[in-house]
This record gives sequence, structure tokens and C-alpha cells, in this order.
Amino acid sequence: MISNLNLETQGQPEAAPASAPLSKPNTKNSPAPAPFPKVALIIERHGRKPARLVPILQEVQEEYRYLPPDVLSYVARSLNIAPARVFGVATFYAHFAIKPKGKHVVRLCDGTACHVKDSVPILDAIRFRLGVTEAQPTTRDLLFTVETVACLGACGLAPVLVVDDQVYGAMNPEKALAVLESVREQERKEPSP
Amino acid sequence: MITARINQIEVQVPPGTSILDAARRVQVNIPTLCKHRDLLPTASCGICIVRNKGGNKLIRACCTPLEDGMEITTHDREIVEVRRSTLELILSNHPQACLTCGRNGECELQSLAADFNIPMESIKRYVKDVPPDTSTGSIILDFTKCIKCGRCVQVCQDVQNVWALSLLDRGINTRMAPAGDITLAESPCVKCGQCSAHCPTGAIVENDETPSVWEALHDPEKICVVQIAPSVRVTVGEAFGLPPGTNLTRKLYAALRRLGFKAVFDTNFSADVTIVEEASEFIERFVHQRGPLPLITSCCPSWTDFMEKNHYDFIDNFSTAKSPQQMLGVLAKTYYAERLKLDPAKIFMVSIMPCTAKKYELSRTEEMYASGHKDVDVALTTRELARMLKQSGIDFLNLADGDPDSILGEYSGAGTIFGATGGVMEAALRTAYFYATGKKLAKIEVESVRGLAGVKEGQIDVGGAKVRVAVAHGLANVEKVLDRVREARQRGLETPYHFIEVMACPGGCIGGGGQPYGVDNARRKLRMAGMYQDDADRTIRHSHENPEVIRLYEDFLGKPLGPRAHELLHTRYTARPLYKR
Repeated sequence: MISNLNLETQGQPEAAPASAPLSKPNTKNSPAPAPFPKVALIIERHGRKPARLVPILQEVQEEYRYLPPDVLSYVARSLNIAPARVFGVATFYAHFAIKPKGKHVVRLCDGTACHVKDSVPILDAIRFRLGVTEAQPTTRDLLFTVETVACLGACGLAPVLVVDDQVYGAMNPEKALAVLESVREQERKEPSP
Repeated sequence: MITARINQIEVQVPPGTSILDAARRVQVNIPTLCKHRDLLPTASCGICIVRNKGGNKLIRACCTPLEDGMEITTHDREIVEVRRSTLELILSNHPQACLTCGRNGECELQSLAADFNIPMESIKRYVKDVPPDTSTGSIILDFTKCIKCGRCVQVCQDVQNVWALSLLDRGINTRMAPAGDITLAESPCVKCGQCSAHCPTGAIVENDETPSVWEALHDPEKICVVQIAPSVRVTVGEAFGLPPGTNLTRKLYAALRRLGFKAVFDTNFSADVTIVEEASEFIERFVHQRGPLPLITSCCPSWTDFMEKNHYDFIDNFSTAKSPQQMLGVLAKTYYAERLKLDPAKIFMVSIMPCTAKKYELSRTEEMYASGHKDVDVALTTRELARMLKQSGIDFLNLADGDPDSILGEYSGAGTIFGATGGVMEAALRTAYFYATGKKLAKIEVESVRGLAGVKEGQIDVGGAKVRVAVAHGLANVEKVLDRVREARQRGLETPYHFIEVMACPGGCIGGGGQPYGVDNARRKLRMAGMYQDDADRTIRHSHENPEVIRLYEDFLGKPLGPRAHELLHTRYTARPLYKR
């Protein structure tokens, strides 16, 4: 579900007397008051340059752990570029997440070597256990997100599973589920924000 | 000059010419799909591949400049085989819906597939199941038919500067959609339809409203009347194989009567009325200083939508006159109905427009119901009319000429040139000059506002005072003109222009989003020539001299800008959000 895009809340210009010209500048030139102060800071640090859109988005994602659509609209307004441009860039790169991700990102490699070594049954097992699908890859408690990646470059360890920053090689469905269980155990013992 | 050989024919071209264009000069037509003459190449389809001797791969002719010494082969066994495979791949993602698609018979992909004769059974299909976007009521986006050529995005972003459409995701998930996957109606879309005019397939089509017109025509309770826009008369012939610019006005009158319309009106008539109102507005502001300058034309609904969303600091500068379509609608249901003692509730007004935005305009605000009913019931595009004519079995090209219902059908040359960019300005100047000085312009043709340049400027001497005008077409050109005005405002200087005309579509209405497919600058020029010829052929070439217009004011409206005129023929504007969600 895409959360609501922020309305371009531009106030109605008052009815000016016939002789006085309005001096209100174009929408695109005046950013709305900053409802996202941290984002405003990021943009300022990059000198408000539209050419720095990708690094700006990277930092925004680090802050929010994903790219909320209303933040993207705000970025577009502040940089004076069209929202269509920002969304085009944000959806193009796999690194950018438009939907919130779980706390633990489970990445199963489905590159050539891993695929040939039966990564798909592992994927099916993980998805089934966590109750997620390709369309909805994040568990409802926002604990796990399951995604496939193209190639991690660890083909000697195929099939490879990466959970957060930990690499697990020579996986099969049972071992993969065991890894997930241990992550869950860890969460129960010391739940962290 | 670059010298090279294409298929062993020597060719000399200026540097920077693409292989595709160079080949055309020696009558070699390399097949293309995603390339459009109006636009920069996106090189996304891979059909235009050619081989350069000594090169190790096939290169794309649309985006590669010809270089000295190249020896290009455009067709050999391998190249044709690769083209066929590419086409098979494109077709494998395309729904097999030709027979019921809005582009059946006019589709660039269909033509290519026919030329290459791909056997359909050999292709495994993988077509996404995404519902079409019908939110605007003017344009329908069917993502399943998109071949991702990128033309619509380029038009919407670069040519029109609207940025409603974008390409999201990548690879097999690439889709053209508004930012954030919202519906088109919630995006900055101004419904200009340029996307549909440039789309090679049926992915973007106009909302076909002909069924409701057929229903009304056969409803004994309804009195169906119709109006034809200025530019339709010089473009509708293209759907029947005639050259662009062929003026088919009187055949249209006859054909529409055959279709069953009880009265045939001409939007050119109300264009004349628009000029009387707008020229009067201009005189009020320029001569009597009663209102801010510059005055900006408002007959283009995409432009007014764009203005309300992006340039609402100019709302007070907008002419409050309605567009000719709306004026004719309200006059038909009041003036016409009164004269002929008809019940306006039964009148069903259909307009034939070059424009998808007109479908949106007719319910834009409550002033579009000024007659007490919906002033214009349905707006059809030129393409829809062409289909109706073909469906009805009328031998259109061989029809004897017909006549309009003169009470709302007579028009002057000034009214007809509305269809070309600069036409509204020229028409308004002709009449405004007369209103200001009591004399006619020495040269009736105002050359400085004619032609395809994106921004045209002119200066007319009106009784000693210099009137500076600007004409822009294609919404991307609007910024330049308006920014100059803004700058002058901020610095307290005199406005650089007194009168500005804006048309959303490149070329003006003749290049509208609802016109027959295949537009490019060559066609635009021919269509425009047809408009100006229609003007030159008329005896009356000033809006205020149109006898029916004079009668309308004397018998019904009173004075231009008077209370009756204001009630029926004028509208207001409000700022609107760019994104509704």
C-alpha cells in the first residue's frame, strides 16, 4: 500500500485588486514549509542540487529505512524537479525501497550458480514459513523482508543466504529455516528497536 | 560533410545526421518502431539495427550518427532474422487484442508485425494483467499494450513539461505510469493527449464516447446538434486517405446531417464570438487600463488546467471568456432553443474536437452548465468522428457539399484560423485593432505570429500605441514567456507583452491529441496551410463583421462583456493542486 502522497497544499491566492499585480512566484520555486526537517538538512548539505538526487535518496533511506512517498514528493519540491523524475529514479534502483522493509532483510541469491544448486526450494520454504509472497515480501510484524538478489559473488558457497550482514553458505531449506529461527530467538532475548 | 556508403550507395550528410535519416535521403527506409520524428531517439526497440563493415556488433540506426567512411548494410539475412526475433519478443509481451483495440488498423506495431509476417503460434506469451487507467475520462492508459518505447514520457516531460507520466521500475517490470503509481486523474496530467498522439500502439487512446452519441442520435426524445472545431475540417480527410490540410468543411456538414444530427453548427462561429468578447476585454485592459496586463488567451483547456496547477499567479491575467466549444454549447441551449422554440432540456450537443482535453472541459466548473443544462453533452475527437463516419456507411468523400445551420454556423476567416498556433492572436488583433482605431489592419495577415517556432513575438502599432504580443505552443515553451513577465513584475518594469496566446499542443489545435495519427512537422505545416487558406478564401475575415454574430448580440446578448454575456459566456479559474493525492 502506497501511503498518501502529500498534497501540494498551495493556498488560494487572494483576489487581488485589478491594478495590483500579484508577485507570487511559481509553485516549483517555493518549497512548502519543511514537515521533514531531517530531509531538509540532507538536501541542504548537498547544496540543493538536483544532480545529487541519488546520494540524497541514499541518505534519506538510511534515515527512514525506506523512501516514504510523501518524503519523495517533498524532495521533488525542494529540488525543484518533478515528482515523476524522483519516482522514476527511486523505482529504478533495486537498492531503493518504496515500501517499508522488515527489520531483518533476508536475501536469497538466485544467481546462476545458486539457482543451479536449487535456490528455489529454499526460497519457497522461507516464504512459506514466514507467510510472505513475492507481492508482499514483508512479514506483518515487520520483522523480516524476503527478497531474491541477482548474484552475491560467492558462487563457491552456493546456494547463499544473507541475513542482514551475515553470509550463510551451502544452504538448503532446513538450514535456512534454522537460520531464521535463530534470528527470531535473538529477537526474543534482546528485542532491539 | 560526412561521406559514407549505405547499401553501397554513396551518401553525403551534415555531421550529426543519424544513420536512419541519412538512409532516408537515398530512399532506404530502415524499419523503426520506437522512433518518432518529433522526438529524440530512445533506442529502446532494437528494430532499426544495421551493420557497419568492420564493426563487431549491430548498431541502432536511430541514434548513431553517420561517420566518415562507414559502410552500412541495412538488410541482410542475419539483420532481418534479428529484427524478426526482436519483434517476436515484443509481441510476446503484447496482448493479442488487435480486433478490439482502438488502434486496429492504425497501429505501428501491427504494421510491423504484418510486414514481417510473424506466425503467432510460435510465440509464448507473457502479458501482465493490469487494469487500464480510465480515471481522466479523456485518455485511457492500457499498460498491457505498452512497448516501453518512451515516447509518451518524452512528450509529457520534455515537450509538454507536464511530468504526469514517467517510466517506473526497470527490466520486465518497466511501466509508464504517473509518479507513485497514482491514477492519471490524480497526477498533473492536463489531458492534452499528446501522449496518445505519439503512442505507437493502443496503450494510450482517447476515451471513445461514440456509443453515447449513437444512443442519443437514435433517441426520439433528443434533439441532437453538433459543432465542428476549426482544425477538424483540415484533418479529418487524413483518416480517409486525403492529404493533410484538405478542407472538407462542407462535406462534413453534409455527412453530419446524414448521421442524424438535426442541426449542424460550426465552432468557428463561436470562435468569432470569443474574439468579440476577448478583443473587448483587451481594449478594456489596454486602452482603458481596467484590468491587469498581459491578457492571456484561455480557449485551450489543457492550458487552463496547466495554468491552474502551475502558474496560478496569472489567474487574473486570464481572459474570462469561455472557449468556443463552451460558448456554442450555451448559445445552442439558450439562443437557438429560444428562436426555434425548442425545449433546451432535449437538446443534446455534441462537439467534434481535435482535443482530448475538451472531454474534461465540459464539466470543469459549474459555469459549464450556464444554460441551465450541461452546455456541451459530449466532446468527440476527430478520430472518433472518422470512426463514426466509417461505421455509418456514408460515402464521405463523394458526398455533395452541405450547409450549416447559419444562425450558429456562419464564420469569418478570423474564426477558422483558431486551429493554428497564432490564429487566436491574429483573429483577436484584427478585431481589437478595429475596436481601438475604427480602422482595419493594413495587412490582414499578421505574419509575425504564424509558423511553428515555439515562441513567437510580434509588435503591432495600434493607433500610435505599441502592442507587444507573444504566442507559445507546446507547454514547455510557456515558462519562457511567463518568466519574462514575472521578472518584469518583480522589478517593477512594464510588462514585456500585452497579449499572450498559449496552445498546449505543438502546432496548435491542428496538432491536437485527438487528431489522426502520424503527426510530425511536415504534416503540421500542411494542416496549418489548410487553415490559412480557409481564411484567405472567406469574404468576411474579421470576427466582428460576421453578420450572424452581429445579429446574436443585437437580438440576444446585448453588449460584449455585458451582463448577459458575462452570465453565459464567461468563466472563472482557481488554483488547483498538482497532485490530488
